[in-house]
Amino acid sequence: MQDILFYVFAGLALICGFLVVANPFSRSPVTSAMFLVLTIVCLAGLFVLLHAFFLAAVQVLVYAGAVMVLFLFVIMLLDLKVEERRKLKVFSMVGGLISSGAILFIFLHHLLRAPLGEPATLPAEGGTIPLGKLLFTQYLLPFEAVSIVLLVAMVGVVLLSKKDLK
Amino acid sequence: MTQAIIDWAQSPAGEFALFSALKILAAFSVLMFIVAYAVWVERRVAAAIQDRIGPNRVGIFGLLQPAADAVKAFLKEDFTPGHVRKVYFWLAPAIVMIPSLLTMALIPFGSNLGHQKMVIADLNVGVLYTFGIVSLGVYGIVLAGYAANSKYPFLGGIRSSAQMISYEIAMGLSVIPIFLLVGDLNLSSVIEYQTGSLFGWMVFKQPVAFVIFLAAMFAETNRLPFDLPESEQELAGGYNVEYSSMKFALFFMGEYAAVATGAAMLVTLFLGGWTLPFAGLDQPAISILGGLLHVGIFLAKMVSVIFMIIWVRWMWPRFRYDQLMDLGWRRFIPLALANIVVTAIIVWALSK
Repeated sequence: MQDILFYVFAGLALICGFLVVANPFSRSPVTSAMFLVLTIVCLAGLFVLLHAFFLAAVQVLVYAGAVMVLFLFVIMLLDLKVEERRKLKVFSMVGGLISSGAILFIFLHHLLRAPLGEPATLPAEGGTIPLGKLLFTQYLLPFEAVSIVLLVAMVGVVLLSKKDLK
Repeated sequence: MTQAIIDWAQSPAGEFALFSALKILAAFSVLMFIVAYAVWVERRVAAAIQDRIGPNRVGIFGLLQPAADAVKAFLKEDFTPGHVRKVYFWLAPAIVMIPSLLTMALIPFGSNLGHQKMVIADLNVGVLYTFGIVSLGVYGIVLAGYAANSKYPFLGGIRSSAQMISYEIAMGLSVIPIFLLVGDLNLSSVIEYQTGSLFGWMVFKQPVAFVIFLAAMFAETNRLPFDLPESEQELAGGYNVEYSSMKFALFFMGEYAAVATGAAMLVTLFLGGWTLPFAGLDQPAISILGGLLHVGIFLAKMVSVIFMIIWVRWMWPRFRYDQLMDLGWRRFIPLALANIVVTAIIVWALSK
């Protein structure tokens, strides 16, 4: 059952991810954004299969529920009709193919070398309490560093959007 | 073949599947019943407040009005205007219903009947899942506004995305103190925490959180005083302008389903869920009758909250858009943050 669900979610995530960047039926940015939402939801399903319930819920809450809604908001406000009519550029296509191919190469290179042994023991179950304990003990420094990055981004946004600072 | 089916039904996996299906069916039917009659109550209450009579022609007291409305919605011509974006135009009314139905899966609507817990999915990350699903609710309206491909629906969609994102933050922050007190994200544990006395209910322990959650719930369900995405006077109905017949009705079913799930969340988080603080009604039921009584208590509380929500609609004027944003970002969010800090300090001081 779990294996079947894994293939369902993984397959759907791959298909939706492909449709985000290269949809043969529609070039509308809103369609791409909606497929990105589906990809995110499928990834959340994969997290659930790994028993990372907290991560799955947060993935849906933050990415599908907030970030992508903002994306849609901006796309609609800008009304990107020009994007629909724009021709594909050969240069950007070749560049994209080369870079994704390189990533695939690195990935496969390491995957094929890695020994297939026993699965590593999890440092914590996916629940909230063990995750919180790990975040505030073992991974405190990276956690705080990430929050400072977010704070800097927020200050930057306020600075850019205020036209006249007193 | 039949023997195999009986064996499967008696195995733990089969029993789980069967009873889950039954619970889903029951919860869905009750929710749809509440949605249908919420419309009738809305119209009768509106009429009473405005000194009118309201729908009283179909059945006794107009009780068959929802059935008549449904027949009307199905029989009307389903007109698709030429300028709409077809795929999203069809998709949006369906998406509107989904989040409220998915949220219902997490609500404990009773203690237990026999050995079955009266909750469809008892998740450990309960409330996070709920907020994740609620946050998806905005897609239906935004897509409806985008699909219509005309001025007013588009403005309605844009308004709703801004409004729902803003109040989602206030809503999420407002419930954090509750989970600081309970120490668990599971909704069943939240109810367990509220047993004992009437003043164990979260509405008395966390009044600030209750007020913020209540206001944010109105905003999330697009009800007055926060119904700017559809405001009739300015946007001629907002996101649903281009829709007709059953597609139009689905938006309203979605709204009332959201009201019902919002009320269920409010009851679970703040009003003690299926418990009552006397006559031993706050302990899990031992008999079938006690179990049914708990379900009844939950439904009674939920219906009262829905009634309150409907009442408010006819008592309050609509907010202006800048007032709405000001209230959300400059009043509720700082207030909710302060509430978290104060609660955390109290919990820390008491634990020493």
